[in-house]
Amino acid sequence: MTRDPDRVYEPVIGLEIHVQLSTRTKMFCGCALSFGEEPNTRTCPICLGHPGVLPVINAEAVHYALMIGMALECEIADRSIFHRKQYFYPDNPKAYQISQYDVPICGAGQLDDVRIHRAHLEEDAAKLVHAGASGRIHSAEHSTVDFNRAGTPLVEIVTEPDLHEPKAAGEWLRLLRATLKRLGVSDVNMEEGSLRCDANVSLRHAGSATLGTKTELKNMNSFRFLERGIEAELKRQEAILRDGGEVEQETLHFDPQSGTLSSLRSKEEAHDYRYFPEPDLVGVAPTQAMLDRAREALPELPAARAGRFESELGLPADTAKLLAFRSELGDLYEEALSADGVDPKTLANWVTQESAAADVEPAALAKLVVMVSEKAVSAAAARQVLGVLASEGGDPAAIVEQQGLGAQGADELREIVDRAIAENGDAVEKIKAGKSQAIGAIVGAVMRETKGRADGGEVQSLIRQKLEL
Amino acid sequence: MTELAQLTAAQAAEKIRAREVSADELWTLYRERAAADDLNAYMWVADEPDGGDGPLAGVPLAVKDLFCVEGVPSYAGSRILEGYRPPYTATSVSKLREAGAPVLGKTNMDEFAMGSSNENSGFGPVENPWDRERVPGGSSGGSAAAVAAGSAPWAIGTDTGGSIRQPAALCGIVGLKPTYGAVSRYGMIAFASSLDQCGPLTRDVTDAALLFRHMVGKDPCDSTSLEFPEDITLPSTESLDGVRFGVPPELTGEGIEDGVKAVFDETLKKIEGLGGKLEEVALPHSPHAIAAYYVIAPAEASANLSRYDGVRFGIREGNGDLLSMYEETRAAGFGAEVKRRIMLGTYALSSGYYEAYYGRAQRVRTKIADDFREAFAKVDLIVTPTSPTVAFKLGERTNDPWAMYLADACTVPMPLAGIPAISIPGGLADGLPVGIQLAGPAFSENRIFDAAYALEQAIGFEEGPWRDA
Amino acid sequence: MIDREQVLHVARLARLRLTDDEVERMSSELSTILDHIEKISELDLENVEPTSHVVEVENVLRADEPRESWPREQILEPAPDAADDGFRVPSPGQ
Repeated sequence: MTRDPDRVYEPVIGLEIHVQLSTRTKMFCGCALSFGEEPNTRTCPICLGHPGVLPVINAEAVHYALMIGMALECEIADRSIFHRKQYFYPDNPKAYQISQYDVPICGAGQLDDVRIHRAHLEEDAAKLVHAGASGRIHSAEHSTVDFNRAGTPLVEIVTEPDLHEPKAAGEWLRLLRATLKRLGVSDVNMEEGSLRCDANVSLRHAGSATLGTKTELKNMNSFRFLERGIEAELKRQEAILRDGGEVEQETLHFDPQSGTLSSLRSKEEAHDYRYFPEPDLVGVAPTQAMLDRAREALPELPAARAGRFESELGLPADTAKLLAFRSELGDLYEEALSADGVDPKTLANWVTQESAAADVEPAALAKLVVMVSEKAVSAAAARQVLGVLASEGGDPAAIVEQQGLGAQGADELREIVDRAIAENGDAVEKIKAGKSQAIGAIVGAVMRETKGRADGGEVQSLIRQKLEL
Repeated sequence: MTELAQLTAAQAAEKIRAREVSADELWTLYRERAAADDLNAYMWVADEPDGGDGPLAGVPLAVKDLFCVEGVPSYAGSRILEGYRPPYTATSVSKLREAGAPVLGKTNMDEFAMGSSNENSGFGPVENPWDRERVPGGSSGGSAAAVAAGSAPWAIGTDTGGSIRQPAALCGIVGLKPTYGAVSRYGMIAFASSLDQCGPLTRDVTDAALLFRHMVGKDPCDSTSLEFPEDITLPSTESLDGVRFGVPPELTGEGIEDGVKAVFDETLKKIEGLGGKLEEVALPHSPHAIAAYYVIAPAEASANLSRYDGVRFGIREGNGDLLSMYEETRAAGFGAEVKRRIMLGTYALSSGYYEAYYGRAQRVRTKIADDFREAFAKVDLIVTPTSPTVAFKLGERTNDPWAMYLADACTVPMPLAGIPAISIPGGLADGLPVGIQLAGPAFSENRIFDAAYALEQAIGFEEGPWRDA
Repeated sequence: MIDREQVLHVARLARLRLTDDEVERMSSELSTILDHIEKISELDLENVEPTSHVVEVENVLRADEPRESWPREQILEPAPDAADDGFRVPSPGQ
């Protein structure tokens, strides 16, 4: 390959997401799911892979998979079967994982502008605990296997490579998470591992249809790490390509602490999974009753929610989307909205533009927004109150009172403005001479005296009024 | 004492119910015999009876070591499971215990049910009580030898390619492979999941029907098990009037040794004498059955045996690193035949070879099932010799795997199609027993028992070590 | 038909360590067996569906009701190397 420093490369990103389902029992046995229980206390001969045991499919896991498929607008297979995916690893008790291969329960679908390739059911592996000091594999001599997690139901969702920017990948994953959260099928907690995301990353020549060699980034456990990891990998690949080299197909791990990528597995070491249909299970052919039950269980999904925010509440499209596509924000917004006298648009702006709002009780946030609308407190002062609410909680009115942040009465403010005008003669001269920016000095004086409680816009208009501008 | 030992299981059960014979007496008799067995038929003998009250109360049952019995050594004929005592009991054994039959002991077998002579056991071969220099057949060689020698009134075994029927034939007793799905596989250490079935090995057809009646039933722990659509009746008819028997040239000509052929031809005459109608029916794909079987069974076995890895149970070897643990454990624990089949199965499923081997074999399987369906449109039952030869000498075929595999030529097509088949003693050839096989469509066991019973009466086979023991 | 290289590759997939003797023997035995199995390539199997399941039922599903798990001591008892609370193995990645 020749070097061409001017050639533009376009990122091509696909995601593979594993969702742990919040059913009561495991995928193929009746053990209850574990939440930090003592190791190896949620097991049985089946999830331990003892000789002679047989799996039996969890009906609720199938129901959740159907709900996920419908929420992602996937084609639901008339009949799907399970396959054995074979590989040896201590966290894999049967040395094969029961998964789905070429006949998955859900086929092609769509979520926002990313196409879904497929979604299928499978069982989770056990947990390997490493005995070394740092807890990392490489320093340990022994590991201990905890089978509590083994057999937990998973849905694996694979997207088409429709993402072209790390940030877009992060945003889309947030949308997927919001969707799954609304469905109530999973805790979708990335830190705890109930939502896990791998990314397939490659670069292609801009405008070309030919895809470059892709690498797989495994298991990034936060949205930020996902974005940073993809970004780091794109940089790495670009450097190789610009240098005239070729990207090798491999599996990589991104270390967020150091920001570096390390290889886990090269193509040569890639597994031969030797898939074949699972003979111990029969096919899943969703009946009309099963399909109806899944469809009826679908709540309002983010896209529909965004549409409702636009049409019923008059929110601009961007804001509506932002609120609906991030479940915590949307939930906070709707709860705050139920308070009396809150203007939907104003509330929406506060929720989407002030990061501290996310940590405030909905009722308190609503009350604060109303106070601003009624001019009982200036926007600037309200931001201060928001900060207090976010870190300590409490009642907005009380905080305003305690910290003396209440807006001035109109008369009081006029008096202060008059004084400021009187004390800033030079600025007044400049304004009258045409230098309108000089108003800033007078505004500043007023703000200082009111300790920021006045509303900047209102102060400006009062000054203008007084000076008959 | 001798008369007690001559009772069939059904007769003994009746006498125990009528209080003419005591369960204790019967237990003591058989327990002593089992403990004194010198054919190497037993791996373990119980101290105390553990059956309940029920129709089978008091009639001790020998159980192939492939069945998990909680707390009882269950090694599946393999060194890799040496020391293993399962934490649960197989459904079929539980059902029989509940029906009253106490577990007498665990019988020796070919390792992981792979073999046709019981020479593949990790714990030494079993001798045929008819001639101790000959094999009893396999893989349920221990169960067959025990029943034939009179050290157990009846036994259960498993049949995947002929492992109940062929040893029954070589030992001059009755053995049934049920319809696939009729008996639960839960707790039966898996060899080839889509072929394995549990079945009775008994002194006569009535005993087989009685034992079978208490084994059948859909088990929630086995997704491939089915409800038997009729009650199992004990046979009583002595006529074969109106019963049409198909004779397939592919399984009754070439490869069948003269002595066996002679007994088979005699049997055909007896069938006609009882009013049965004989008709030639082709099973055109049955010559390919062994080839298909020796792809499918090893493929499934290779996956089923991957769990024997030294982590959770069984033996462990190795020099301290993970790869060595896997490789050395499995090298030390598995015998030659098992290794051969694991290699064959792994190869057949490996990347690039799946379609040519496993894919094709599964299609051959469809054709074999179609052949039977077409045949059973014209006849009620199919009759063949069970084994092409009488019991061969120990060591005679151990150096030629394919020659050993050919022992299954007549028995392998039925499990591929999932249909039931029984073997009953037809006569002697050179002083050694010859088995006659009757096969029928799925769930035709009652018809099979009826025909087998009538034939049994007409044949009047009165030979066998158990009759003089 | 199946040479030494392939035998070693398959043995690695199956995590079986074979002695040199075994590798040689395996190579010839498997080749012989595969020759016999080749028989199935003679058949015309176009348009024939593979049988992946003999039993023709569907939707055998289990209610999502918890069942008591086994006590830890009982499941650790058969372990070749049991730590206090788990199954010890040599670490991967060494």
